[in-house]
Amino acid sequence: MSPGTLEKNGTRDKTATLDKTGMMDKLDLKTLISVTADTIAAHAEELTALDQAIGDGDHGLNMKRGFEAVRAEADTFAIKPLPDALKAIGTKLVMTVGGASGPLFGTLFMALGKEISAEPDRANLMAAFGKAIEAVAARGKSQVGQKTMLDVLQPVHDALLQGKTGSEIADVADSAADATVPMKALRGRASFLGDRSIGHMDAGARSTALLVRAVTATIEGQA
Amino acid sequence: MSNVGIVIVSHSPLVAEGTADMVRQMVGDEVPLAWCGGNGHGGLGTNVEAIMGAIDKAWSEAGVAILVDLGGAETNSEMAVEMIGEPRAHKIIVCNAPIVEGAVMAATEASGGASLREVVATAHELSPS
Repeated sequence: MSPGTLEKNGTRDKTATLDKTGMMDKLDLKTLISVTADTIAAHAEELTALDQAIGDGDHGLNMKRGFEAVRAEADTFAIKPLPDALKAIGTKLVMTVGGASGPLFGTLFMALGKEISAEPDRANLMAAFGKAIEAVAARGKSQVGQKTMLDVLQPVHDALLQGKTGSEIADVADSAADATVPMKALRGRASFLGDRSIGHMDAGARSTALLVRAVTATIEGQA
Repeated sequence: MSNVGIVIVSHSPLVAEGTADMVRQMVGDEVPLAWCGGNGHGGLGTNVEAIMGAIDKAWSEAGVAILVDLGGAETNSEMAVEMIGEPRAHKIIVCNAPIVEGAVMAATEASGGASLREVVATAHELSPS
C-alpha cells in the first residue's frame, strides 16, 4: 500500500493528498479542475449521444461549457480555502451549465463545500459527501434507482465508506453507471419515454462516473 | 405595484415571449411580468442568472409566481430562488401548472389583487394532482 492512496490503513484514514499536507494544496485543486475539465471535454460527444437517445441531447455541451468556465477561473478558486473553493465552483456550474445538470452538479459541489472542513480527514470527507448526495437528491426530487446521477453517487459513497482505493472506487462508479442501462427512468426528460428509456445509460450517471475516475486518479497520482 | 408578479420560464425564448404576450393581452400592465428562455448561449434551455433577472424585473412585495415548462426550468427556477435567498425567497413560488394556461390564469387572478397563495392555487388547479 503506497502512502497517499485512498486506502484506509488503520493508522491514517485520511485521503492521499490530505495525508501529506493536511489539506489540498493549491496545485492539487488546480490540477483537479484541469483534469476534470479535460475529461468532460474529451467525452462531451459521448455524453451528448447518451442524452440524445433518451433526453434532450444537450448534456455533453452543457457540462463542457460549465467545466470550461470553472477552468477559466481555476486560479481564483485555487487560492480559496477548500470549502469556499468548492462552493464557488458549484455556483459557477449552476450559472454556466444550463439545463437541469447545472443545479444538480452545482448543488453537489456547493453542498460539499458547505459540509467539508478546510482540512478534511476521511471521516469528514465521507460525511460531507453523504450530505452532498442528500442535497442533490432534494434538488432533483429524486432517489436512488430512478436512473440518475444518484445511482453512481450512492455506490461511490458506499465504496468510500468501505475504505476502497481510488481505482476501486472508480471501477465501482463505472459499474454503477453501467447498471443504469436496464433501469427505467423515473426523473427528467428520459422519464417521458417510460419503458423506452430501458436499454440506455443515463448521461448524468456516465458524467458522474467520469468525474469520479478523474478525481480519484488525480488524487492517487499526486500522492 | 402591489399585485403579485408573474415570471415565465421556458426552454424556448419564443414560447416564453409568446406566453407573456398572451398574459399581457389579459391583464395589460396591471401585473408585474417578466419572461426568460434559452440557455443564455443561443440554444434551448434555461439559465439561472436569467431567471434571477426576471424575478428582479417582476418583483412585487406581494410575491412572485413562476410558471415553468419542463423539468430543467423547474430545477433552475428553484435554484434561482435559493440563490436570491431570504428575505425574498419565501415570497417566490414555482408553480406546478402548464406554462401557458398557468401564466394566463395566475396573472388574471393576480390582476384582481389576490394574494400569492391564491394566485398559485389558481395555477395549481390546472394540474391533475
